[in-house]
Amino acid sequence: MPAEATTTTGDPVVPGSRREAALRALADVPQEPGSKKPDPIVIVDDMVRRFGGLTAVDVRHVEIQRGAITALIGPNGAGKSTFFNQLTGFDQPDSGEWSLNGRSLKGAKPYQVARRGMVRTFQLTKALSKLTVIQNMLLGATGQKGESMLAGMFAPLWRGQENANTDRADELLARFKLDAKREDFAGSLSGGQRKLLEMARALMVQPELVMLDEPMAGVNPALTQSLLGHVKALREEGMTVLFVEHDMDMVRDISDWVIVMAQGAIIAEGPPHSIMANQTVIDAYLGSHHDEPLAPEDESARIAEDEAADGRGVLDAESGQTEDQP
Amino acid sequence: MDWGTILSNTLTAFIGVEAVVYALAAIGLNVHFGYTGLLNFGQAGFLAVAAFGLATSVATFGLPFWVGIGVGVLAAIVLALLLGAPTLRLRADYLAIVTIAAAEIIRLVLRSVTFKDTFGGSDGISAFADDFYALNPFPEGSYEFGPISIRNENQMWVLTVGWVLVLLCCLVVWALMRSPWGRVLKAIREDEDAARSLGKNVFSFKMQSLVLGGVLGCFGGFIFAIANQSAQPDNYSTELTFFAYTVLILGGAARVFGPVIGSMIFWALLAFTDNFLNGLINAGYISGDILNNTQVGQVRFMLVGLALMLLMIYRPQGIFGDKRELAIDAR
Repeated sequence: MPAEATTTTGDPVVPGSRREAALRALADVPQEPGSKKPDPIVIVDDMVRRFGGLTAVDVRHVEIQRGAITALIGPNGAGKSTFFNQLTGFDQPDSGEWSLNGRSLKGAKPYQVARRGMVRTFQLTKALSKLTVIQNMLLGATGQKGESMLAGMFAPLWRGQENANTDRADELLARFKLDAKREDFAGSLSGGQRKLLEMARALMVQPELVMLDEPMAGVNPALTQSLLGHVKALREEGMTVLFVEHDMDMVRDISDWVIVMAQGAIIAEGPPHSIMANQTVIDAYLGSHHDEPLAPEDESARIAEDEAADGRGVLDAESGQTEDQP
Repeated sequence: MDWGTILSNTLTAFIGVEAVVYALAAIGLNVHFGYTGLLNFGQAGFLAVAAFGLATSVATFGLPFWVGIGVGVLAAIVLALLLGAPTLRLRADYLAIVTIAAAEIIRLVLRSVTFKDTFGGSDGISAFADDFYALNPFPEGSYEFGPISIRNENQMWVLTVGWVLVLLCCLVVWALMRSPWGRVLKAIREDEDAARSLGKNVFSFKMQSLVLGGVLGCFGGFIFAIANQSAQPDNYSTELTFFAYTVLILGGAARVFGPVIGSMIFWALLAFTDNFLNGLINAGYISGDILNNTQVGQVRFMLVGLALMLLMIYRPQGIFGDKRELAIDAR
């Protein structure tokens, strides 16, 4: 597909949009692992995590560009989720330095990371089933006076803030088309709706950096476009997005920059169209006997072939569900 | 068969001292287990340290009654902090193991010979609540409310204070559980990692919950000790905790009045089966070869257990629970 080489997506790049700004900022960045970005929000140095004899993560240097959508891809077991957990404080690496907006995040607890402006979602959606949708949303608001035990007993102390938060939550619910489900238990939502809820809830924290762990996993195709739209909207609002994904169509469609991991290390970086053609990446995914880039039409056929040949689907989104979980 | 006596005893048990004590214990457990998902199997320990904090302060050290109450509450808070600090960062089951063991350790220390001079050994401590009864505004005599009969003015006073305490505790739980604070607890119950990812300090909230539930439960320990003017270590065995769980599940967990109604029904049911079976035996409907009066005490628990099983089968959410909540199991 020759079109792939010039544009990353079917959408035209709107002049003056944040997307254009992000693409322009990343245009001169060298396409090599660990390259310096003009305005990094996250910088990671020498992060190593070992589980017994297995080195799950060994990242020398990586920077995430502010205001862009960065995809983190890699074959199963590449250490993407572990890396994600380390950035967000859910797992502590054995060594290394990493910072958000220039302030070190080393040793920060997950809740401290979230309060600093880096909020994550989960591969297996964590909707709080027995709370209603609106309660899920309200939980995300930060700095709530009513979350102190003593103040909580006296409603007048927190009611004003609660009402303001509720208004904000209702706006987000409307935007994510969940307003009709406002009073339903989150457990009664479909898989895709839960993904939407989790994303909307993360926005209640008012993050600078949104970390999405496989936002498309288990989502009904009918909801895919809507989810993609929401992710793009985050960038237009000035947020930075880092996401892990197996769905190559999504990566191609929405990301401004792609970071590829394999066996715990960053092996390639670059804009999506060049990454798809990068020989190192193809080798990492498919083994070195595959010597040509895959067009999307061929992709599923190739996967089927591969599965028939060695009994496993390498690019299969579903199979990534459990393997990366710590 | 004397149906009047059976009815009267049943209804009296409905609002009796046991109902108050177990309601308070279960209100505390409701905060732990119902709202936060903390498996505290040592609620008896919280009641024990409160009862003995009061009894020891007054009877052994000669401190005023109200100082004794303060010591009891403080002991419950310290116990919660001690139990929570090492376990609340770990998986839920570790708290269960540690709390059940801690409650037994407390009981065994209280009844030990070594500390007989302080805690009174297995006989416990008695006569420490005179200051409490001195405040009794009720004139001497027994009190009758329809079929309910209350033995004397002291019991009337204990029950009044007890039920006021129950209502106050319910008020606190109600106010807190509709607040953002309560919302965080429920979120932790559902998925603590989700709460963490939204910037909530899960450990701190769990600790607050453990302390609050322990303090609410410890009021049950005070009422238990004051009502009998005696604190005996063996009253605070694991059985107390398990009855409190039964009461909580019977009434419906994570409901403000669940533990209260559960406790009233539990004790009324026990009193009813006890009186009813004894009535049947005394009237000759049940032959002494099958069941005699001394065995009734055990058999009534079997029958109540059976009733609970039926409840769990046909109404698993408890009396007050919301079936919608139970139907969802996303995980």
